[in-house]
Amino acid sequence: MECLIDGRSAYVGTGGWEIDVARESVVFVHGAGQNHTIWVLPTRHFVRKGFNVLSVDLPGHGRSAGPCLSSIEQMADWIAEVVRVAGLPRACLVGHSMGSLVTLATAARHPDRVRALAMVGTAAPMPVHDALLATAAANDHTALDMLILWGHSSTAHLGGSPTPGMWMLGCGLRLLEEAGKGVVHADLTACNAYADGLAHATQVACPTLLILGERDAMTPVRATHALVAAIPTVETVVLRGSGHALLVERPDPVLDALIRIV
Amino acid sequence: MGLGLSTRVSAMKKPKTFSFDTLSLHAGARPDPSTGARATPIYQTAAFAFRDTDHAASIFNIERAGHVYSRISNPTNAVLEERIAALEGGVGAIATASGQAATHLAIATLMGAGSHIVSSHSIYGGTHSLLAYTLPRFGIETTFVNPCDIEAIRAAIRPTTRLVFGETLGNPGLDVLDIPRVAAVAHDAGLPVLVDATFTTPYLSKPFELGADLIVHSATKFLSGHGVVIGGLLVDSGRFDWEGSGKFPTLTEPYVGFHDLDFVEEFGPAAFITRARKEGSRDFGACMSANTAFLILQGMETLPIRMHRHVANTRKMVAHLDAHDAVDWVAYPELPSHPGYALARELLPRGCGAVFSFGVKGGRSAGQRFIEKLEVFSHLANVGDAKSLVIHPASTTHHRMDTAALEAAGISEGLVRMSVGLEDAGDLIADIERGLRASQKG
Repeated sequence: MECLIDGRSAYVGTGGWEIDVARESVVFVHGAGQNHTIWVLPTRHFVRKGFNVLSVDLPGHGRSAGPCLSSIEQMADWIAEVVRVAGLPRACLVGHSMGSLVTLATAARHPDRVRALAMVGTAAPMPVHDALLATAAANDHTALDMLILWGHSSTAHLGGSPTPGMWMLGCGLRLLEEAGKGVVHADLTACNAYADGLAHATQVACPTLLILGERDAMTPVRATHALVAAIPTVETVVLRGSGHALLVERPDPVLDALIRIV
Repeated sequence: MGLGLSTRVSAMKKPKTFSFDTLSLHAGARPDPSTGARATPIYQTAAFAFRDTDHAASIFNIERAGHVYSRISNPTNAVLEERIAALEGGVGAIATASGQAATHLAIATLMGAGSHIVSSHSIYGGTHSLLAYTLPRFGIETTFVNPCDIEAIRAAIRPTTRLVFGETLGNPGLDVLDIPRVAAVAHDAGLPVLVDATFTTPYLSKPFELGADLIVHSATKFLSGHGVVIGGLLVDSGRFDWEGSGKFPTLTEPYVGFHDLDFVEEFGPAAFITRARKEGSRDFGACMSANTAFLILQGMETLPIRMHRHVANTRKMVAHLDAHDAVDWVAYPELPSHPGYALARELLPRGCGAVFSFGVKGGRSAGQRFIEKLEVFSHLANVGDAKSLVIHPASTTHHRMDTAALEAAGISEGLVRMSVGLEDAGDLIADIERGLRASQKG
């Protein structure tokens, strides 16, 4: 559905269903340079199971009007506004990579809006190397190549897509290529600048699940220890063999984990 | 730690991944998790068991990855599909019963009655039959144009046009398709470009990097490489902006045949290939057998080595024939006399494949004597075999085309088409010499 958030057009995928406030709700938040389509499998599941599903395109991404928001905190406030505009009292938030930081900040800044939290492929803080930022700032395609190649496990570089006939690296690259100029850089800058992740983690009042990739080179499991220690009520699932692109490398185990928290 | 480990990005070069040769052997295939089998198993099964009713519903509803029925997907086929998508740089692929089935699947996914195609006139005879004679019965018309005449392509586009089609190397004259310029014209009109890359394979040409949107292969030819199977592949670049074009409701509007699924909205760059599988493979049913997929995978493991040798042998045959007194002409884009010479140097730097044509002095009867005297070359209607092949198109592959259509496609009555194999080049030249001597004795 299309809606107005802070006066700008925003796309929120609902699986074609009207929002029913009597139902439980799930909000999905994509990662840097991506859009709502990364969530196609879990969103279709939770729609069938009777949930309100809100799979957003953050401002400047996918079908939502720009410009991009410049901080994780702004994105968090935007998500809270989406929940409010949809007329929902609260929702379970699910985020991947940058989206996981957005959901973390939302849970801390708007605890009354968040029923549960699932962070997929996450770490806090999530610093970005200066050289990658510079490459992205120049809209150099190499930045996209880096994100895709480091974003998948080395095993996935040879394929083995769970979804029949799909080349995972090609799918990921094409999605990033669809992002407008400056979008990837804006998102990486926001991730790099987000300094309050651990402080926000201590303020999370809802049940939280971290879904991590055993072979994630971008947000490695060892980089999540401080985050896990900071969140009051947290459970962690580590998916064997997966890189950062958990939603394409291990979609079924991700869904199984989400079913537990959503 | 974070998005880009400092130790790995310090050089800021494009990170390394696997090369074409390695992907030819490995892409899509992992040792079988249950048995350890290193070769891709042949999953010779019609259907796949569900864990429970909810698991079944979740696969049918595209919530989980998995297989239902081998007409729609199969684990062996999936390895082949992933491998060609990796080699072409696409998002995904579908294996079909033949190259013709792949072309039909592409067209049927994009359009229906009342639609129009602009096609190169230098194409495989079977594709010409599909476009010229069969699809009009289903309300899809085609205008054939000279693929080298970019303005003719532009002029042929109508409001109802939904596709621009050509072959990387036209059959049999080897017209070199100027994919970047054709794509520019098509994209200006909001249309995708479908390229048949059978003659070049991804070893010689990467049509997606040049601007094409969709690729079909007759995997029967160089990809499998041994003349033992019939199969096709349809590959999606994931780059065409279906929504921006506004001409493709099959991809951008709710599909009642799948619970009002809007493929672009839900699948983004994978919209086309997902619709092709969920509708086209389901309803038209032109699927590949798992055994065929296995044999094509065996061929693709050696694709780089074979294509290198195919091209090397072909260059020797072309050079020999081009200097021969019994030969009127040789059409191969690496010869300066070929109209596509300059374009081939730009677009096909690794070679122009292993299929070419030439004219034996003396016309039709001399050509027939040439073919009938050959011992190593096999006279049959195929190309891309490890074994060398030869044919007379006017009486075989293109026999349904009238004289005018033959002329438009650049096929003279004496034209002989060769597909050069992997034999010793000296033995092949000796065979050709035997044939040419006989050809001049009439």
